[in-house]
Amino acid sequence: MTKYAENCIFNKIEDNNSKIGVITAGISYEYAKEALGNRVNYLKLGMVYPISADLLKKFAEGLDRVYVIEELDPVIEETCLAAGIPVIGKSAFTLLGEYTPAMIAKAVFDEEAPAGVSTDKQIPMRPPVLCPGCPHRGTFYVLKKLGLTVSGDIGCYTLGAVAPLASVDTTICMGASISAAHGMAAVRGGEFNKKLVSVIGDSTFMHSGITGLSDIVYTKGANTVIILDNSITGMTGHQDNPTTGKTIRGEATRQVDLIKLCQGLGVEHIRVADPFDVKAFEAAVKEEVERDDVSVIIAQRPCALLKSVKYTGHCEVSDKCKKCKVCMKLGCPAISVDQNGNVKIDRTQCNGCGLCVGVCPFHAIEKKD
Amino acid sequence: MSNTKNIMIVGVGGQGTLLASRILGNAVIKAGYDVKVSEVHGMSQRGGSVTTYVKYGEEVFSPIIGKGEADIILAFEKLEALRALPFLKKGGKMIVNDQRINPMPVITGAMEYPEGILEELAEKTNLTAIDALKLAEEAGSVKAVNVVLIGLMAKNTALPYDLWVETVRETVPPKFLEINLKAFDLGYRS
Repeated sequence: MTKYAENCIFNKIEDNNSKIGVITAGISYEYAKEALGNRVNYLKLGMVYPISADLLKKFAEGLDRVYVIEELDPVIEETCLAAGIPVIGKSAFTLLGEYTPAMIAKAVFDEEAPAGVSTDKQIPMRPPVLCPGCPHRGTFYVLKKLGLTVSGDIGCYTLGAVAPLASVDTTICMGASISAAHGMAAVRGGEFNKKLVSVIGDSTFMHSGITGLSDIVYTKGANTVIILDNSITGMTGHQDNPTTGKTIRGEATRQVDLIKLCQGLGVEHIRVADPFDVKAFEAAVKEEVERDDVSVIIAQRPCALLKSVKYTGHCEVSDKCKKCKVCMKLGCPAISVDQNGNVKIDRTQCNGCGLCVGVCPFHAIEKKD
Repeated sequence: MSNTKNIMIVGVGGQGTLLASRILGNAVIKAGYDVKVSEVHGMSQRGGSVTTYVKYGEEVFSPIIGKGEADIILAFEKLEALRALPFLKKGGKMIVNDQRINPMPVITGAMEYPEGILEELAEKTNLTAIDALKLAEEAGSVKAVNVVLIGLMAKNTALPYDLWVETVRETVPPKFLEINLKAFDLGYRS
């Protein structure tokens, strides 16, 4: 393989008659070309392992300085040093983060990046939020209202940790919503468990939630697990999963039935609830956390971005509004309060899902066509 | 490379910045340039800040645009224009949609939305501000804001009008073609 690497067509030398050499690969080559142009010679590695020491020596011969430009670990650099070729690598660049043409120009030719235009204003961050119409918004509104400890998981619904929903208390890794809550209940006892739920998406549950749930059943735990069934794998971009009835290529396939699956694991109390029917959902959660047995609530409402989901119209605040700001607890990006305390719904953001209509205690939000 | 044109499109996830960058990318490909389009995904549909880099020229290497390197910044929202300001070349073109979308820290009251953004941009950049939302409504849909803005930006490039129209025709969903063509035109002629 090393022999092959010596003459491999993917390892290219670009001789620009320079006394400075750059050994690089992948995106770092593009950055280097942009920053240094034809002012240096290049050894662009298309195959980075194994590297032929003979090829490195051939490239470095007669050069005054040789840089290795690679992001993260010094893999190529250490290969060069082991072959007895003195190169400049991490001493001039960084082990961390992504490289840029500007930092390469600075390190090799001591050239400064162009001065940009700056501002003294404080710029608020714009963190991602649950979309308008997101089914999880109803779930977290209820969990926050009930003051429960929420063991969270990985997916769009991790955003339930962010203000104002600020509902998710822990996020460790995929599947940990269930197993961590199992541990919390075991350590803190039954009364604590009545204030504790796990939330996990349908696809994360298929990925690594099943084992945790079966362990709760097996060890006679009494946790309440909420499966956020939005009919798709949301955050990574709408991939199908075993619960959607389609393969990853979109072909029809056999579909996992979450209810039967949980029954098969030995869960006896399973119910389906719509998180946008806030009152019924709240009642379901209250009932299940009180139960001295393991239970599963399947919070079922599809992702608002699915093509099959067709919310129409928009919501509007009427003059019945008492400025109580209960709707602001939803953390909907379409709803805001102006300087005078008046609640506004932005038509360009609102998709007419109507969750706020049901939450307003004064029936001051109306659905319009 | 000095002959490369650097354009940044910034906005809020859900505003249609990705379709806008696709129209722009397709147009410059059609014009025969070497093109690199690089998008910050992930936050795009979830109301976060989104950024797309479009670079075109004879030969483009790095897909990213560094501070002080953008020839044009096309901002779909005022706060995002201000956030992207350090990336603009001295004397660069700033095209801003005069729309305010409050980020969550402003909605919850944790931070203030800065005042006087357009005034500051007018002072520091070659600014064109436009009420793209109004023009999009005129075209027939508030969702056509992105194409209005692409129309306005098109005017600031060397590419001919017909090439842009052809690209819009090929890139947008056929169902919304009429609205988008009208939106492009309103932006171009504004």
